Amino acid sequence: MANYGIIAKFESPSALLHAAEKVRDSGFTNFDCHSPFPIHGMDEAMGLKRSKLGFIIGAMGLTGALFGFGLQTWVHLVEYPLNISGKPYFAYPAYLIITFELMVLFSAFGAVFGMMFLNKIPRFNHPVFYSDKFSDVSSDAFYISIELTDPIFDENKTKSFLKEIGGTDIEVLSDEN
Amino acid sequence: MQKSDYKSRALVNAEQLLPGNQTFTSITNDIAGVPEQKKTPIQWWLLFGLALSLLGVFAGSLGYLIWEGTGIWGINMPVAWGWAIINFVWWVGIGHAGTLISAILHLFRQNWRNAINRFAETMTLFAVICALVFPGIHIGRIWVAYWFFPLPNQMGMWPNFRSPLIWDFFAVFTYFTVSLLFWYTGLIPDLATLRDRAKTSLRKKVYGFFALGWRGGNRQWQHYELAYLVLAGISTPLVLSVHSVVSSDFATSVIPGWHTTIFPPYFVAGAIYSGFGMVMTLSIIARKVYNLDHIITLEHLDKMAQIMLLTGCMVGYAYAMEFFVAWYSGNPYESFAFVNRALGPYWWGYWAMIFCNVVVPQFFWFTKYRRHIPFLFITSILVNIGMWFERFVIVVITLHRDFLPGAWAMYSPTIWDVAIYLGTFGLFFTGFLLFLRFLPMVSIAEAKLVLPESNPHHGDDH
Repeated sequence: MANYGIIAKFESPSALLHAAEKVRDSGFTNFDCHSPFPIHGMDEAMGLKRSKLGFIIGAMGLTGALFGFGLQTWVHLVEYPLNISGKPYFAYPAYLIITFELMVLFSAFGAVFGMMFLNKIPRFNHPVFYSDKFSDVSSDAFYISIELTDPIFDENKTKSFLKEIGGTDIEVLSDEN
Repeated sequence: MQKSDYKSRALVNAEQLLPGNQTFTSITNDIAGVPEQKKTPIQWWLLFGLALSLLGVFAGSLGYLIWEGTGIWGINMPVAWGWAIINFVWWVGIGHAGTLISAILHLFRQNWRNAINRFAETMTLFAVICALVFPGIHIGRIWVAYWFFPLPNQMGMWPNFRSPLIWDFFAVFTYFTVSLLFWYTGLIPDLATLRDRAKTSLRKKVYGFFALGWRGGNRQWQHYELAYLVLAGISTPLVLSVHSVVSSDFATSVIPGWHTTIFPPYFVAGAIYSGFGMVMTLSIIARKVYNLDHIITLEHLDKMAQIMLLTGCMVGYAYAMEFFVAWYSGNPYESFAFVNRALGPYWWGYWAMIFCNVVVPQFFWFTKYRRHIPFLFITSILVNIGMWFERFVIVVITLHRDFLPGAWAMYSPTIWDVAIYLGTFGLFFTGFLLFLRFLPMVSIAEAKLVLPESNPHHGDDH
């Protein structure tokens, strides 16, 4: 039996947003706001930095473009020069389409797999799932979770703090096994 | 003053797009309730039976094609590109509306797309699968289809990257992969909803596996939203490039009637036109079978009809401009190719196209017709018939009479052309019906964003 953190339920998207601002201002860093859909303005309310995903996608896109152009150039100039009606081997305008397609393909891989990497998913076991009520978060519930590993976490103080800022259904997450 | 204007607009918007005092809970129940149904509707079984029979036709005719070769088709010189290419272009085009709805309308913040985007993306996925069948089988020796890929091999051979046919392969392959990723990324939060509501352990495990352990935390939403936005951003030029590349299969040749610069934009407009026709057909059926009139509303159908009117007028303009340029060029072969389209032996194909693609959408100028469901259903089917004839006109009528009358010939399809085409409907509808049965057909997370209370600043004074 080990504890992991505390969750508290909030009424609505705006209640969650205002609560998030208060949690941020009290100095918590290891907390999260769970909602059935992304809430506008929540990143600032939680004090999150801009997502780094753009850099991953950019790097992947550039790789795709260079790979596409390089592959075609190498094939037609070095590996397998194919003379068709005397047309130039280094026909760079004709290479642009495949270069573009591979840039898009690699960027898409970067976007999806980069998102999974930054979100640390797939991850099938997480302390928030110990709560039975928490599963409503994918339908109509709004929760804040504060983890034990947060430097200023103190079970009783955090509990009363969450109550104070309007949280209900406060629950301590603990592993039942 | 400005504030209250904004609020009332948000409310009016929500009332039209999600009528009947919906809440977050009722949206979840309505949409997730469909794949959770204990008893599958009898209409579903009837349609699924029909789809499976067509899939059987597909498998049989494809087997015979592989066994016997492309000689079983009606193709011969000079019409060496028959139904296979027509069907390929037709199916890819249908797919394009899905990407337009999910990507371009997302970038333009068109909230009304939220009720139909999942639907349209799924349509894209299966339409592109159907399309990919044709380049795969028209090469004749299907077992070497992997030669399309630039793979090192013992023969030391590589594809010719300067050929539009290989561009086409890269474009459609990328398009399929990106559409699949986009579709799946959109599904992750909804799969989590189905996981959390699952009553049986098997459902919980299967949905849970594909939901990847999604927790709906804002630390996840943050990266998720950016990924989704970027996917929309890169899909937009991608979808425009795909049909432009498809059109360059024709436009880079020297055949009169094909060798024109209008092809890329004209193909893209036609693709979106036919795709919206298909989304319309499918959503009218689905909202009827599953009683989702309050989620896919008349407002949505009206907006789709408006886009069909716009793109229908664009293809109409392209048809007229092709004729004008053929005359203005002063090239007798070019002029002949177009006169032959309208007045030659295949005149009925040309006029079927004009009727379905140019005349029919003109009714959409009037609100009455844009909101008349039986009318919309019939016209949405006519649009796709018209777009099929457009490709027939481009492929068959252009090829059958080119430069020298000595090389002219007539073309007619065989039973196998027809069987394979009908068979792809089996492939398409089998996949689509399985999707309707097991996955949420409307994005649960995004549908909620239409409600004004999803915006935390709604009702605030700052």
